[in-house]
Parts: sequence; structure tokens; C-alpha cells
Amino acid sequence: MADRKNILNLYFLDARARLIDIAAFMDRVDRADGGDDFRFDAFRAALKALESAQPDRAEKVLLAFSDPTDEPIPEATTKAACGAWPGADNA
Amino acid sequence: MRYIEPHGHMVSRTTDDYQAMAMAGCQAVSEPAFWAGFDRRSVNGFYDYFCQLTQHEPRRAALFGLPHYTWLCINPKESEDIKLADEVLAIIPEFMDSPNVLGIGEIGLNKNSRNELIVLEKHIDLAARNDQLILVHTPHLEDKRKGTRLILDALKSDGRIKPERCIIDHVEEHTVAMVLDAGFWAGMTLYPETKCTSNRAIDILELYGNERIWMNSACDWGISVPLAVPRAAQEMKRRGSDPGQIDKVIYQNPIEFMSQSPRFIVPGER
Repeated sequence: MADRKNILNLYFLDARARLIDIAAFMDRVDRADGGDDFRFDAFRAALKALESAQPDRAEKVLLAFSDPTDEPIPEATTKAACGAWPGADNA
Repeated sequence: MRYIEPHGHMVSRTTDDYQAMAMAGCQAVSEPAFWAGFDRRSVNGFYDYFCQLTQHEPRRAALFGLPHYTWLCINPKESEDIKLADEVLAIIPEFMDSPNVLGIGEIGLNKNSRNELIVLEKHIDLAARNDQLILVHTPHLEDKRKGTRLILDALKSDGRIKPERCIIDHVEEHTVAMVLDAGFWAGMTLYPETKCTSNRAIDILELYGNERIWMNSACDWGISVPLAVPRAAQEMKRRGSDPGQIDKVIYQNPIEFMSQSPRFIVPGER
């Protein structure tokens, strides 16, 4: 079992910097012109996973961005993934 | 430190990368066939690529003292075209007896389409008929959870496939349990943005143990780090991992899996 103080000593500043980067990213999006975007909606939904009291937050964040369906799609019309599921009507 | 790079697309890397890997303790590289970043227009493009993987690249790696192994397939990104896929599948047996071929890979899914699944099943059949190891690519980002499930279902539905002879690569926190619980090997790919970071990979090792699991850089033509594995090992050391445990994950485990092919030679032997 890892020592909590040691983990904080190793990673607190790094995580703090990343958290500020996320805040700055969200501010940047809000300052920019344009309408809603499913990626940012998914991002906001994924942030809720951080409030979990269980140590499975990384898994919950990944699931928040994931395609929840189980059937193959009829045809691949693109090669790239964008990081968030656009919904069944736009997949 | 000694390690094996079990998943590196070395045809996309420079000789400087080979040199850096050798200096960092790399003992062997394994290179699955993959997408070139553009669609090849005919089977002839794959023929040349397979020649490169089985003839040219081993010579280039040998200049730096590195044994080079490879895996053959048509990548799922090019599997939407079933006719082309069939043509490529037909030429693979011609290369299967090359001394550095370990198996079929990296097969799998990309966007989880019906045609991708059909081509995946054809690759699984090819591997089963020829008693080949299988190296699987799981989809990226939002497609990974669903794709990993579909891939596992396809492998499990073929009674000839032994899970211990298949590695399911690019697992993350939401897919690693389903892979290990089904008896397959799991690969963690260390990417700066789109897959696992070193720290998350080490977290997964702490949570799920170090049996049937390896780490790789999957270095290619995109944003990737050829020294990602030794860097992760350094982070394991910083976190207090036992040197024996580090050696198991980055050296002994790749050997254990790849030694299931009679073509793999343990570094230092023979």
C-alpha cells in the first residue's frame, strides 16, 4: 500500500498544474464565439465523475466519454475518433 | 535496466530512435503491421510493406544490436473495403514463415463497423488455422469500450482461440478488467494524450497486478515517445516499485508472451 503523503509529495504540484490548465481551458472555450458542442458537453459531464467518493474516477471519466451502445455501426465513414461520443444520431 | 519494446512501429522512426532505445536498455523490438497514415491503394502496397517488415527492418534494427520481430495483417482502419482486405489476407501466408514473424496483428476494430468486424473474424480464422499468436488493437477514445467488448466476443466465440495466446493492446482503466478477467493478456500503450500516461499505467499495475500485462510505446508517425517504456520504468522506481517487479513488467512478461512462438529467441540465448 502506497503512503499517501509520499503520493502527494510526488504528484500534487503536477495535478494542481493540470487542474488549473483545465480551468483555463474552460474559460478559453467560454470566451470564444460559437454555439454548443457535444465535446464540451461531454467534458462537463465527465467532470462530475471527479466528485465520486470512490477511487474509480479515471474509469468513470473514460466511461463518460464512451459510446455506450453495443452493436456495430453500419459503416465507418471516418477513421478518426474525436474523444467524445456524439450520440446515436451523429455517430 | 533491460526492457523489450513489444509494440513499436519502427518503419516510422529514425535510426536515432533505434540508437536511443538500444542505449536505454532495449533488448528486442516487436512491430505489428499498422495503418501508414494514408490508405494503400492496392494489395501491392501491402506486399511491399510486408517485405519491409520481414526483410528490411530486421536488418536496420540489427545495426543497433536489436532483434526485430513482426506481426502481419491489414489494419482495421483499412478494413472497410472487404475486397481489398480479402486480397491482403490472401498474401499473408506467403510471409508467415519468415523467421521474424510472431503472429497476426495488430488486428481489431477502429470505428466498430460491420465490415471491420467481418475482417477481424477473417484474421482470427487465419491465425487459428495457422496456429499463430494474435496481437489486437482496440479502438481509440470514445470507441474503445464498445470495440473492446466486440473484439472479446469475437475471440471468445471461436473455440480454437486460446486467450493466453492473444494480447489485447491499448487497454485503459475502463477496459483492462474485462480483458484480464477473460484470460487474455493486456497491453498498456504509453501515449502523451490519447492512451495511458505512465502514471496511469502504473496505477493499473497497482490495482490489477503484474501478471499477463505489458507496457509499450506504440511509437509511430504520430505523437508518441519511443522511450516511453524506460521512462515509465523510471517512474515506477520513483514510486518505490521493487526492481524485480519492474523487470517483470518491462522484460520478463513480453518474453513470456512472445516465447509462445517458436520464432522468438530470448535475448542472450542462442
